[in-house]
Amino acid sequence: MTFLATLMNGEQAAFKPASLTPMQKLTLRFVVVGLVCYAVVVIEGMIMRLHEVTPVPTIQTEQFFAIMTAHPLVGIFGSTYSIVCGAFLFLVPFLMKKPLWSITLGNWTCALLGIGTLTFWGAGFLSEYAPLYTLYWPLPADFTQFSLWGGTFFIVGIALAMVGTICFVINIFKTITYTPEGWDRQPAGALLASALGITAVKNFFVRRKTEHLVPLPVAAIARGTVDTAFNSAVILGTGVLILVYMVAALLGIDLRRSAVDALLYKNWFWWGLDLVADGLVLIFVAGTWYLLATLITGKKLFMENIARAALLVELVVSWTVWSHHLLSDQGQPAVLKVVSGEMVTAFELITQGLAFFITLATLWSARPLKMTYPLRFLLGGLLGFALAVPAGIMQADVGLNRILHNTQWVVGPHVHVAVLVGLTMTLYSAIYLLLPMLTNGAKLYSDKLATFHFWAHLLGGIGMGAFMGMAGLQGMLRRTLYTDGEYRVFMILAALCGTLLLLAFLAFFLNIVMTLGVKGVLGIFTPAKVRTKDLLPVEA
Amino acid sequence: MVDSKLVLAGQTIAYTCYVLAIMALVAWFAYRVTREGKPGGVRPGWFWSFVSLLVVIGVSLHLITYNTIPWVALDLHRGSAQPDTTITIAVAEHRFQLPADRIVIPCGRHVLFRVTSADLTYGFGLFREDHTMVFQMQVVPGHDNDLLWEFDRAGVYSIRSTEYSGPAGYQMVVPDAVEVVCPTGNAAAPTSDAEATP
Ligand code: HEM
Repeated sequence: MTFLATLMNGEQAAFKPASLTPMQKLTLRFVVVGLVCYAVVVIEGMIMRLHEVTPVPTIQTEQFFAIMTAHPLVGIFGSTYSIVCGAFLFLVPFLMKKPLWSITLGNWTCALLGIGTLTFWGAGFLSEYAPLYTLYWPLPADFTQFSLWGGTFFIVGIALAMVGTICFVINIFKTITYTPEGWDRQPAGALLASALGITAVKNFFVRRKTEHLVPLPVAAIARGTVDTAFNSAVILGTGVLILVYMVAALLGIDLRRSAVDALLYKNWFWWGLDLVADGLVLIFVAGTWYLLATLITGKKLFMENIARAALLVELVVSWTVWSHHLLSDQGQPAVLKVVSGEMVTAFELITQGLAFFITLATLWSARPLKMTYPLRFLLGGLLGFALAVPAGIMQADVGLNRILHNTQWVVGPHVHVAVLVGLTMTLYSAIYLLLPMLTNGAKLYSDKLATFHFWAHLLGGIGMGAFMGMAGLQGMLRRTLYTDGEYRVFMILAALCGTLLLLAFLAFFLNIVMTLGVKGVLGIFTPAKVRTKDLLPVEA
Repeated sequence: MVDSKLVLAGQTIAYTCYVLAIMALVAWFAYRVTREGKPGGVRPGWFWSFVSLLVVIGVSLHLITYNTIPWVALDLHRGSAQPDTTITIAVAEHRFQLPADRIVIPCGRHVLFRVTSADLTYGFGLFREDHTMVFQMQVVPGHDNDLLWEFDRAGVYSIRSTEYSGPAGYQMVVPDAVEVVCPTGNAAAPTSDAEATP
């Protein structure tokens, strides 16, 4: 087949979108939206990388910070949430062996995440609204610096993404608990108790143990989804607060910004925001590691009961660690800094360390394993968190935070290594593993491209984090601009690693497009021809 | 008081050693997991030893820093401490309003930096001439933001806002705003407009 023919029809024309079930289409739509958003994030990241080497004359300072505002939000809500929601809306029915509660609601989640992201990205792009994702009060309502209309559309975009997320939450819990048509009545309460860990807690105190009704990965998904729900509520609540100020200003009324206590607001917002970083991400990732390890090896998970318990501990821990973001806020009570900021946060080292060990031990029990792409990327993901979690634990210390807070250390070895190496490589592992199942056996176009994708992403991600971290230890702040070339050497090295990340993504993107073909990718978005609530077509 | 540069050097060495060790471990695992091995899997003893190790590290990290980094106790108990000197700084409209063009601080005194903001959330950080950070804190409007510090070596420091406060915020730098003088120090004699007042 010629290059052009493969580009249009996919490798060996093996991918036939007409054969896809509505559920396969739904999942693939999420993946496409997630990857398009990821492309935007990488491009924005590279623009910032170059601007930090030496300010690019065509980029105004306002544009630079507008990019910095959109970049993580497109990354988290547009890309990561899309891929995670798509994967879990497929996996929960797959593991529970019952249909998704509502495919329509699933499609709404996908559309709202996509449209919401496009709205806030567009608003930021056009109006340069740039309060950064932390929205520290009263910056988002400072209309002397930012456009009122731009801000209004920006917040509406975020709200749309959050409504989509809430649709996801409802769909997940309904799928776990509902009784499909024609089935015997399902014990909704017991299923929910098992998913949330209440059964596990009860089992701890009684002699006759109740059987777990949901598989471990579903328990992880359910518990992470609890944090997703709280997080959406907090972000929506904050959005409404900001919108009140915006609408008032549009009507010519100037509300007193000082009516909101900036420190209290910061506590509230970080409590909610941290449910992403220290809650759902860690819980979802641990659950995904367990699932991948059992699917790759075909073996039972090592220490399964402990793993279940650790997921519950992680959920509770995620509600109580927000103060590690306020260790440099001198108005924050010392007791909160020490108990929530340092001590409870240290539990994350333990829970994430357990997940790391349990996954490796499960893989070890099935030696010898073939080094497939899912296994490679899984090991990359494990390494990413093994690097990023201790970096976070170090900055969650009253002493070290005094010299690390808001430096490049935080966004380098901690945030980007966790997100790019830990989380993204775990998601890639799942994509490579599920691709044949989701596409009814499409053939991967190129092994060379997949191998390049792995190494370039791994080295680029770790390298970029490392050079940002070195600059941070030399005093380089995040969220600022240095115009005299103070940290140029580190920034050049970080930009080279960023280029590797960009090339890795291009290789992956090309590989996927050549695997599915342009017609195949477009076919994912047409209505399904197969009418079924089943996940896979009968003959597949 | 131990200089923050020394603490950073210690952290750099510790984290670098850890990074090299964990990368080597995962590389070794990736190689060995593809080879034939003894059947039977991992013994639970290994698991519990690993858990114990994590608990020891998690608990001891903060105990070690509390006992070795001098500004931790100073900071946590600053409410009951009596500073030798207080320096009051106001911030508004992306500008620091300093009590003098150059604030002069003698070595070995407990200095309280009290910074207030009239509008946005800012940051307040002190930086050495080589751009490394001495310390920073957040400056939240409507609250007292104070930090107690003791300098043990002479030097000239810049002030920089360490929190984003809008696109104009990156220009919030006051070069050579603070000078620390020690009796036997090697810094230039004070060229100050004002000495920090007790
Ligand atoms: C793939 C290539 C990427 C590159 C080259 C890149 C680059 C950058 C750069 C240069 C910054 C600004 C750092 C500063 O000076 O403060 C930044 C900030 C950030 N990035 Fe990325 N990034 C990438 C991917 C991602 C992804 C996938 C996510 C999340 C899903 C992400 C999340 C963040 C966050 C949370 C910040 C902090 C923004 C703030 O301080 O307000 N990045 N990134």
